[in-house]
Amino acid sequence: MSLHIKRGEVFALIGPNGAGKTTLFNNVTGLFQPTAGRVVFDGRDITGSKPHQVARLGIARTFQNIRLFDYMTCLDNVRVGRHVRMHAKLWDSLFKLPRERREEEKVTDEAMELLRFVGIAKQANHYARNLPYGQQRRLEIARALATDPKLLLLDEPAAGFTPQEKVELMALVKKILTRGITVFLIEHDMKVVMGISERIVVLDHGEKIAEGPPDEVRKDVKVIEAYLGKSA
Amino acid sequence: MSLIDFLFYIICAAAVILLAAQAVINPTAFVQITVFGLADGAMYALVALGYTMVYGIIELINFAHGDVFTLGGYISAAILGFFAINEESFSVINLVAILLVFPVVMLIMGGINITIERIAYRPLRNAPRLAPLITAIGMSFVLEGIMFLWHGPASVHFPDILPHGLGYQTTIAGVFVTFKDGFVMATAIVLVTLLAIFINRTKLGKAMRATAQDRDAAQLMGIDINRTIAATFFIGALLAGAGGMIWGLYFNNLFYNLGFRTGLVAFTSAVFGGIGNIPGAAIGGVLIGLIAAYSDSYINSKWTEVVIFGILIGVLVFRPTGLLGMRVPEK
Amino acid sequence: MSEPTAVKRRSLMTRLHLRERMRDRDQAIYGILILGALVFPLATLFITGGSTAYIAQAAHAGTWVLLAIGLNVVVGFAGLLDLGYAAFFAIGAYTYALFASSQLGSSPLHHSFHFPFWLMLILGMIVAATFGALLGFPTLRLRGDYLAIVTLGFGEIVPVISYNLPDWTGGINAIGGIDKPWFPAWITGPWAGANSISIQQDSVCRNPFAQTQFIPCFSFGFDQVAYYVLIVILIFGAVILVTNLYRSRLGRAWMAIREDEVAAAAMGINTVTTKLLAFAIGASFSGFAGAYYGASFGLVSPDDFLFVVSITVLVMVVLGGMGNISGVIVGALVIYFILNTLLPSLASNAVSLANTLGLGSIVASNGTYPGLYNEVQYSQFLIFGLILVLIMLLRPQGLFPSRIREQELKHAAVQEEGSAVEEGVRV
Repeated sequence: MSLHIKRGEVFALIGPNGAGKTTLFNNVTGLFQPTAGRVVFDGRDITGSKPHQVARLGIARTFQNIRLFDYMTCLDNVRVGRHVRMHAKLWDSLFKLPRERREEEKVTDEAMELLRFVGIAKQANHYARNLPYGQQRRLEIARALATDPKLLLLDEPAAGFTPQEKVELMALVKKILTRGITVFLIEHDMKVVMGISERIVVLDHGEKIAEGPPDEVRKDVKVIEAYLGKSA
Repeated sequence: MSLIDFLFYIICAAAVILLAAQAVINPTAFVQITVFGLADGAMYALVALGYTMVYGIIELINFAHGDVFTLGGYISAAILGFFAINEESFSVINLVAILLVFPVVMLIMGGINITIERIAYRPLRNAPRLAPLITAIGMSFVLEGIMFLWHGPASVHFPDILPHGLGYQTTIAGVFVTFKDGFVMATAIVLVTLLAIFINRTKLGKAMRATAQDRDAAQLMGIDINRTIAATFFIGALLAGAGGMIWGLYFNNLFYNLGFRTGLVAFTSAVFGGIGNIPGAAIGGVLIGLIAAYSDSYINSKWTEVVIFGILIGVLVFRPTGLLGMRVPEK
Repeated sequence: MSEPTAVKRRSLMTRLHLRERMRDRDQAIYGILILGALVFPLATLFITGGSTAYIAQAAHAGTWVLLAIGLNVVVGFAGLLDLGYAAFFAIGAYTYALFASSQLGSSPLHHSFHFPFWLMLILGMIVAATFGALLGFPTLRLRGDYLAIVTLGFGEIVPVISYNLPDWTGGINAIGGIDKPWFPAWITGPWAGANSISIQQDSVCRNPFAQTQFIPCFSFGFDQVAYYVLIVILIFGAVILVTNLYRSRLGRAWMAIREDEVAAAAMGINTVTTKLLAFAIGASFSGFAGAYYGASFGLVSPDDFLFVVSITVLVMVVLGGMGNISGVIVGALVIYFILNTLLPSLASNAVSLANTLGLGSIVASNGTYPGLYNEVQYSQFLIFGLILVLIMLLRPQGLFPSRIREQELKHAAVQEEGSAVEEGVRV
């Protein structure tokens, strides 16, 4: 099976539970080493790279079961995301050299901008843990965006959302696109998937059974059998 | 990783070859040292089991465990004082006393350890991870303090009531073996076997294994977590109490901070065998006992501690999950 | 500290009042500590009529404060458990003792060194950090608890090695006659005037470049006030540096790793080097404190670096409030006070109390009863243990937790209530 994601599109991967969607994310981001196959990003083979190297190259992700830094403020969560684009060395930090101060100021402003972008600027100094569920998902997206990704991997971003929140999420993804970021998402909610993605791949038992724009996939017999048929 | 594995095997092979050379040069001495090592190792194993069980279930390095072991020795010495024991030669009363005091002291230590868990660890189950570690250190001081207050800083005589003397020792092909050596090993084997049966066959044993694997899932399956954890402390203390008494019977003296060093060595044994792994702790204890004995004789007893802890570091670097390797799930 | 100006410059931060809100309590603690550090020597000099015994004690306590600040970086910030911290303290102390005494002259090397304290302070730091990195490198890839065990093993090995190599370290006889810190005579300061307030002029200081030459200097000698001033300055510097780190990119990376290592890695943090840095920086503080200890005490013995020392520092950190620098300083002072003043004086206090209460009969020993003095003396362990257990039970998050820990605890409590309610409903 092979997947190609084009720059600037919203690409969705769907499939029944256990189809191997999150495993794919973990392989791409270097959390697990793939046993076979290759991951190529921007024309560069990144198979077997460490997670922090993948992040530096411009792939950011969110987690299916939200993994925020619970006892850090929202602002600090996002600033951790900036880490990989910062240049302050140990000495700069140790002695608070002007270079470091300027960078900290800049990063704080950027982090606040991102919090505003996802709509939780008011909660900047709350602990991530104390946010309501929907805002935690947003914060995770803000944190991922802070790494300046070229490709953003969203693992079931709409899970547990109310219909209203889903609409907001779709708007947010569209906004992310306008920043020139490619979005690759795993999602169970068909309304969200059909609503925002330009191309969909359906995965079943590790095999690709369909690929194409939402309208085509929707009509695909195999897909209806394997996936939509069952859930509908 | 393969290079690290290679290095590991090289080092192990070198150690084995050096020992084998010693065994060829002087087989009698080698066997003699092995006997001492096995006896020590049996006692380390009994203490190591308690560390590994508690760590396996609540990920706590129970610093007070070594002192529970020593207190077991102190209490059994005190109870033995009530019997008209005969230290000169073995008598029926000695036998009765030993048979009676063993279960009594084990139960007492079990009770004490449950109390410690109830007071010092259970209230902190949701506290930051290091809080129970500090109370464990605190309880270690408390237990040592009690023993210090009880008998002071000097070492305490433990009645020499096992069969000993000329009639109970023999030389088999030049190797000097006493009744005590056999007794220590036999008792340890019996206790470890009983523990294995308990863990594998009983419902509570299963609950303990389930809780060690995944506390939340075990709870969802209807396992009473508090009871299971208390049971773990209880059983750990049974073994430690027996270990303390055996130590006393074997060496005939105890001191208040004996548990500190013995505890560290036993803990090392537990890590050596793969912390959380019950058979691993028993085997680790015996191996550490042997290594200590060989190091005492072939290197120098003053370097034994360096050898033991050096091996500990080496094992963790080369075989992070211990020799018997059980991967403790990330929690 | 220069912090207020920094805050003013950051318009956004001022608007949020974020930092201020987080730190108001801590700033009060710092204020009290600075005031105490200034008033304490004057007050004790005045009360005791010029005796510097208390000042010496306070300077000694300062060593522990330095150790606690350093261990806090490892345990509190990065969430790594280090059970062999004393080993790095030993490495720092021996580095200074060996290269600033006649010890190496009687070693197989047959050549002694007398490098100046200020150089060795830095060198002790570097050597300890190097050992920390060497030890951490193979182990930091592993789960957190293994680090604890490896450091425990290392902490056991280091003092045994120094016992066992008497040719080099003096073994059980320790290294004595260690050089005192000094300033060359041409550096003037408050100490240089007539009737100087502290340091004595001396002529036994060696030229750092030509070791056989002696140059006139101001030596610290046994002047306790000088050591006190030195340790206060060192602590002050350490607090500023560690606070800077805490509020930097690196500090956030440490916290992120402590909270969730996987997520931290996915955010582009190289977890291995970041943890290694925490470990090495922690070790360097210990080495730094070790060099100071060697100089101020003048004697370095393996007995000073046993497992108990590592445990005591850990207790100071956890009890003071992990991750919170001001809390950790208070924790260090409290534990030091308990161990070195409260407990040792307990016995004589109990005796005099019993005498004034007319309970003279329990003071004297009779039969197996060793007498009140010995009885209380013997219960020191017990009392210390009870204090530890009690404080932890009453304040599991430490005396002055960082706000983070406080929240966590409240949260845990709420969760418990929640589940209790659920159970109630189910029943």
